[in-house]
Amino acid sequence: METGITKSKVILEIKNLNKSFGSNTVLKNFNLTLHEGENIAVLGKSGSGKSVLIKCIIGLLMPEKGEIWAFGDKNIPSLGLEELDIIRSKIGFLFQSNALYDSMTVRQNILFPLRRHWIEMDKDHEDLLVHETLQNVGLAHTAEMMPSELSGGMRKRIALARTLVLKPKIMLYDEPTTGLDPITSREISRLIVELQEKYKTSSIIISHDLNCVRITSDKVVMLIDGTCYALDTFDQLKQTKDPRIREFFEE
Amino acid sequence: MIQLPNRWGEIVEETGKLSQFAGNFFVQLFRPRFEGKEFLRQCYTIGYLSLGLVGLTGFIMGLVLTLQVRPIMLQYGVEAKIPAMVSLSIFREIGPVITALIFSGKIGSSIGAELGSMKVTEQIDAMEVSGTNPYKFLVVTRVLACTLMLPVLVLLADLIGLYGSFIGINIHGSTSFALFFKQVFEAMSFGDVLPAFFKTFVFGYAVGIIGCFKGFNSTKGTEGVGKSANSAVVLSALAVFIIDLIAVQVTDLFNFT
Ligand SMILES: Nc1ncnc2c1ncn2[C@@H]1O[C@H](COP(=O)(O)OP(=O)(O)OP(=O)(O)O)[C@@H](O)[C@H]1O
Ligand SMILES: [Mg+2]
Repeated sequence: METGITKSKVILEIKNLNKSFGSNTVLKNFNLTLHEGENIAVLGKSGSGKSVLIKCIIGLLMPEKGEIWAFGDKNIPSLGLEELDIIRSKIGFLFQSNALYDSMTVRQNILFPLRRHWIEMDKDHEDLLVHETLQNVGLAHTAEMMPSELSGGMRKRIALARTLVLKPKIMLYDEPTTGLDPITSREISRLIVELQEKYKTSSIIISHDLNCVRITSDKVVMLIDGTCYALDTFDQLKQTKDPRIREFFEE
Repeated sequence: MIQLPNRWGEIVEETGKLSQFAGNFFVQLFRPRFEGKEFLRQCYTIGYLSLGLVGLTGFIMGLVLTLQVRPIMLQYGVEAKIPAMVSLSIFREIGPVITALIFSGKIGSSIGAELGSMKVTEQIDAMEVSGTNPYKFLVVTRVLACTLMLPVLVLLADLIGLYGSFIGINIHGSTSFALFFKQVFEAMSFGDVLPAFFKTFVFGYAVGIIGCFKGFNSTKGTEGVGKSANSAVVLSALAVFIIDLIAVQVTDLFNFT
C-alpha cells in the first residue's frame, strides 16, 4: 500500500500551517500531503481546528504562516482572487451545516455554482444537468422543492450533489454525518465512497464518526494540539497504545 | 469603571468596520456583474410587500395629526390653515421619519435576521466558494433596493397621509377635495419637499447597510441571529434620527445662504 501511494502524484500539500485567532492558537505547524485518488480522514476533538484547517485550504481563512500547494504549482494563501476562483472551482466543499440557500429551490441551489461562468445555459441543458446531478444522490424528484421541505439526510445529499456539479478533483467534507441517525450516516458514508469512485476525487474527510472514517478513508490524521499528531491507517491507529489516540477509539 | 475604556474601544472598532462596510457599497456598485434578478426580487420584498403597512401608517398619521391639531387651530381661529399645517408637517418631517422607522422595524430586522442566519449556516461562505461575491449578491442588491424603495414608500405614505387628513377634517367640519388640495399646494414649495425627499434616500441606504452589516457579522449560533436582527433595528432607528438631525441642519444652511 505504502509504495502505491508514493508513486501517485501529490495533489495537495500543506506545509507548516499556522493559524490563530487573537491569542487562541488553533493550528501550529500542521503538515499534510494528499495524493491523487487518496482519501484522508482528519480526526480531532470539537474545537480542535478541523473546520479551520479546511477553510484555510479553500481560501476562506488566511493562515498566518505556511503553504498550501494545490495541483502542484499553486500556493493558495498567496493567490489573487481570480486565480483563487479557478482553484476553487476544482475543489468541492461540503459544509458542516450544508449551507443550502434557503431562499432558492433545490434546482437553483444545484445550478448556483455554475454562475461563476457568467453565461446562462439553455433550459434543456440545465434540466439535464440538474437531473443527472440529483440522480447521483438518489433524489431526482426533489428539484422543485425548497430546502426547508427536506429532511436532514436529504439536505446533506443535495449539498453533496451541489458540490459535485462542477466535477471537482479534490473534495473537502466537513463532518458529513454529524446530526444524522446511524442508518442515514452509513448511507451518506457509502454515497461518499460511491462518488469518490465515480468522479475519481481525492478527499479530506473531517469527522468524529468512527464508522464514517472507517468506511470513507484510506488513512487517518489525528489533529491534536493544532498539529498532525499521528498519521496511519484506521486499523493501525485503533490498536495503538498512545492514550491520546486511544480516547478517540474507546466505546 | 474599568469596563468603560474597553466598551469605548469596541464602539470605535465597530464604527470603523461599519464605515468600511458602508463605503464598500459604492465600490462594488459600479463593478461589473450587476445582479439584476436578485435586485428585482429584493425590490419586490422590500418595496412591494411593505406597501400595505406603510399605507396604513400613513393614513393614520394624517388622520390623527389632523384631529390633534384641530382644537388648537380652532382656538386661534385659524381652522382654515389646518391643511397647510398638516401637509407641511407630513412632508417635511413626520412622513419621512415615521415611514423610515416603520421601515427599519420591518426591513432592517428581516435583513439582519436573514443574512445572520445565512452567515451562521455558512451560506455566505458557500457563496464565496462558488465564485459569487456575497457582498455584491446579497448586500449591494438589498441596500440598493432599500435606497430606491424607501423614497417611493415615503411618497406614498405622504399622499395617503394627506388623504387621512382630508378625512379628519371632514369628520367635524367639511371641505371639498379640490379646496383641500388647493390649500395644501399653496402652502408647499419645492424648498419644503425636495430636501425632505432627498433625505429619504439616505434613510433607506442607512437601514439597508446597517441590517446587512449586522447580519454579516453575526456570531455563531441561533442566538446570534436574534441579536443581529435586534441590534439592526435599534441601530438603524437611531441612525434615522441622527441623519434627520444632520439633514435639518444642512437644509437650514442652504436656506440662509
Ligand atoms: N472566525 C473565527 N474567529 C475566531 N475564532 C474562530 C473562528 N473560527 C474558528 N475559531 C476558533 O477556532 C477553534 C477551532 O474551531 P473549528 O471550528 O475549526 O473547530 P472544529 O474542530 O471544526 O470543531 P467542531 O467539531 O465542533 O466543528 C475554536 O476554538 C474556535 O473558537
Ligand atoms: Mg467544525
